[in-house]
Amino acid sequence: MPSSTVSSSAVVLPAKPAALTFQELLFRLQGFWAERGCVLQQPYDVEVGAGTMAPETFLRVLGPKPYKVGYAQPSRRPADGRYGENPNRLFRHTQFQLILKPPPVNVQELYLESLEAIGIDLSKHDLKFEEDNWEGPTVGAWGVGWQVMMDGMEITQFTYFQQCGGLDLDPICAELTYGLERLAAFMQDVDSVYDVVWAHDPETGAAVTYGDVRLSEELQYSVYNFEDADVDRLWAHFNSYEAEAQALLDRWKAIQENEKATAVEKRRFPIMSTYELALKCSNLFNLLDARGAISVTERVGMIGRIRNLAVGVAKAYVAQQNGAASSS
Amino acid sequence: MADFLLEIGLEEVPARMIAGAEAELGRRVCGLLTRERLLGTKRKLTTYSTPRRLAVLVEGVSPRQADTEEHLTGPSWKVAFKDGAPTAAAEAFAKKAGVAVTALKKVTNAKGEYVGATVKRPGRGAAELLAAELPKEVLGLYWAKNMYWRAGKPERFVRPVRWVIALLGSKVVPLEIAGIAAGKQSRGHRVLHSGKPVLLAKARDYSEALRKAFVVVDVAERRHSIRKALDAATRTVPDARWREDEALIETVVHLTEWPTVVLGDFEPEYLALPEEVLVTVMRDHQKYFAVEGADGKLAPHFLAVLNTEVDDEGRAIIRHGNARVLRARFKDARFFWDFDQKTPLAARVESLKAVTFQKELGSYHWKTEANLRLAREYASWYAIHASATCDRDLCRIVETAVQLAKTDLTTELVKEFTELQGVVGGVYALAQGLGERVAEAIYWQYRPANTEDRIPPTVEGQLLGLADRVQTIAAMFSIGNAPTGSKDPFALRRAANGVIKILAESQLPLDLIRLIRPAVNEAENCSQAKLEQDVRAFFKERLHFYLKDVRGFAYDVVNAVLAADADDVRDAIARAEALTAVRGSEDFRAISAAFKRIKNILRQAEEKQFAIGSAEDVRLSVEAWQFSAAAAALAPEVARLRQQRAYVEALALIATLRPDVDAFFDKVMVLDPDPAIRGAHLALIDEVLRGFSGIADFSEIVTA
Repeated sequence: MPSSTVSSSAVVLPAKPAALTFQELLFRLQGFWAERGCVLQQPYDVEVGAGTMAPETFLRVLGPKPYKVGYAQPSRRPADGRYGENPNRLFRHTQFQLILKPPPVNVQELYLESLEAIGIDLSKHDLKFEEDNWEGPTVGAWGVGWQVMMDGMEITQFTYFQQCGGLDLDPICAELTYGLERLAAFMQDVDSVYDVVWAHDPETGAAVTYGDVRLSEELQYSVYNFEDADVDRLWAHFNSYEAEAQALLDRWKAIQENEKATAVEKRRFPIMSTYELALKCSNLFNLLDARGAISVTERVGMIGRIRNLAVGVAKAYVAQQNGAASSS
Repeated sequence: MADFLLEIGLEEVPARMIAGAEAELGRRVCGLLTRERLLGTKRKLTTYSTPRRLAVLVEGVSPRQADTEEHLTGPSWKVAFKDGAPTAAAEAFAKKAGVAVTALKKVTNAKGEYVGATVKRPGRGAAELLAAELPKEVLGLYWAKNMYWRAGKPERFVRPVRWVIALLGSKVVPLEIAGIAAGKQSRGHRVLHSGKPVLLAKARDYSEALRKAFVVVDVAERRHSIRKALDAATRTVPDARWREDEALIETVVHLTEWPTVVLGDFEPEYLALPEEVLVTVMRDHQKYFAVEGADGKLAPHFLAVLNTEVDDEGRAIIRHGNARVLRARFKDARFFWDFDQKTPLAARVESLKAVTFQKELGSYHWKTEANLRLAREYASWYAIHASATCDRDLCRIVETAVQLAKTDLTTELVKEFTELQGVVGGVYALAQGLGERVAEAIYWQYRPANTEDRIPPTVEGQLLGLADRVQTIAAMFSIGNAPTGSKDPFALRRAANGVIKILAESQLPLDLIRLIRPAVNEAENCSQAKLEQDVRAFFKERLHFYLKDVRGFAYDVVNAVLAADADDVRDAIARAEALTAVRGSEDFRAISAAFKRIKNILRQAEEKQFAIGSAEDVRLSVEAWQFSAAAAALAPEVARLRQQRAYVEALALIATLRPDVDAFFDKVMVLDPDPAIRGAHLALIDEVLRGFSGIADFSEIVTA
């Protein structure tokens, strides 16, 4: 670890125990929350802009059934790519996403314990919960909450979800989103995310950095997202995914309206797949946006189209769950 | 008398909402206690708040309401008692009043003898009343944004309620708020006093008990200690001062329970970035105070207000952490700056086509073109009519500035710091060698931002600001986006206030109609005549607001002045000043009253369809003739003074008409039965009204 000095006071920072590696950070968070009853899920395998959009959040927060889940979610934001040249901005970053439904009364205290669990001594840091409300217009979701600030840096987004897919939630849930890269950079005290140690070889002690693992990926995706992605084809893909999602939603509607539709027919209906198609649209929208192909006027319309799909899926999901609950 | 303490323990409440909620809770508790007759004569109400709590301490609360007596009157005594024995009527009344028949008394009033009953109502206990009524008051608090948190959604509040204290003296008031039963346990600072409850023995211990748990519940005390701590930390840097910022002080006051301050540094190389960018990052993004040297220039330090107290090691860690974040932000800003310089502003004009100004209207490229046409018009008018000699470069500079004014919307720096639009364009223009005058005009284009703000210091900046705003207003009105009631989604009122303020405080020889007309003439698909009328009315209303609310003129003065003319802003101010100066004089009050009378008479005449005639060939009374002669003699001089804008003198002169006016109205029947004489009278007063109302419509002045 580099030792750092602060000029104005000339106090030398104490030597501290080696901070967690990037992967250890994830292990600890997973371990901590697993011990508190969370299901640990694997990252979702369709492109998403945030952990919120993975079905483990988007669908599970709907309806009355309690659920606790945690997962790391690689999150793609094409417009945020910087060709690997900016030390703090990434096309793809990793969120550790946690859903507590319903939120326990001591959810904030649990969260603080999780910080202690990853080696943050709260008595040596400044911690604030500052208002930050979240809204995801493409998925018809919003909530109120905070950005948790540690020594002037946002380390977690803490949201009490109120609505999702255009539906009021009851019970509501708490969503905690730890930004793993910035948390690791903060704890390892490095100025560039690419210098974060991802792993140590236990035999040689050699470090594999975040840059070793991901730098070329950031560069290449930036090139594609900003320069190569074919706008016309992106539009075509978007329209095609949207059409398929809409066709499925229409079929669901027909089943719903058909009095003779059986419980099995309803249970078999592929809402998850419909949702994936909506997610595809969302990612294509982000790509088009990065290419500068969407005017401000069109943007509103596009958001509305994706939102329509998301709202349709949310309603269908709730109806399907209700059906399952009443038939069992 | 007892003390009553209420504390609502919450998860962190948004800083911006705390002060309002604290005051409202105080009002509600005080209102409830007053309503329920529970406040003693010697009482004191103190409110407290931190991010995690709202509290009210009331000293001097009665433990119970005083008993009351009510006197009821029933049927007449004769009906109620026959031969001294109670009748059914007496029984019924006694039952209704809740007393024994034997307790009924005879009462005598003006109408005769009746049955009376005295009903005693024992007062209720304070604890019982508070338990029943207080939860409603708490849950009725206004919050700008609410949330549900309990299953079944029984209530909404700003954040989840986590504990409640309700103490009357040393006893818990058994109330429940949002499912939380009140107790006597509070909580201290999250980290400095974590996990340990704070037990309150009695209400009055509140602030001291919390202080021991590292929470300063008094807002003023936190504010004071933050200011002190900022001073102390800044003293470690020679000749340095922290930049006063009241809004930021309020924010950090409401973000902390136990505030301390650290001073940190950043690399002096970042001082090469524009100061506005550095301050915005520090203030808006990091909530740091900026530090300046003796020369007023930014120094490479920052002050962070912490919500904790730590040892030296902790201070070093926290200082280092904050500096690290700030460095990253500055690095970003510099990255954006360098990146933006690759495409100079002039090369960005085309890309404005991709930035929508308004869906139905067009892009910022379209708007720039429209602004340009207006600005050209204004600038050439200015060039011809300015009293100061106008330099030949002006038109060229205005054109360049208008053309480039919106290009900073395409820069990365503005995308990152939207609040710096205009400022960034100005700074870039200077860096790209476009000259100080172009740069300054672009820099100031969105100023004044409010009625207290300064207007652009240069003519070019003023013309750009006017063209941009007037264009927006006229164009928005043309597609039906005028503000209505409290709704003004496009901030057109603010834009118009800016126009008025620029006209009022600059020396531009432009009046509103000259600004509005060319903008209105650009409108398509709507009636331009109607549009002009609407836009003028809108500006007149804004001018009214400016004169009355910003400049503080009396409403009747403003009405009088604007009735005469509402186009020339500085002239309206001068007339309002003059009118304010003379309106108190006896003579002027009489003149105002006379003008009001004149107006009424003319209105009556119009209703009765009396024709206005001519004074020629009519034999007038002496008074009418004298009034007419005096007015005619005064008119040229008043006109001359008005021309010179010597309004006080002009008004004083008009006031000298008083004896003749008074005599006229005293002695003359204006609406004479003889149509010829009546017509001549009407012609006379009509001419006086029109001739002397050019400065103000005196009939608007309230004389009573």
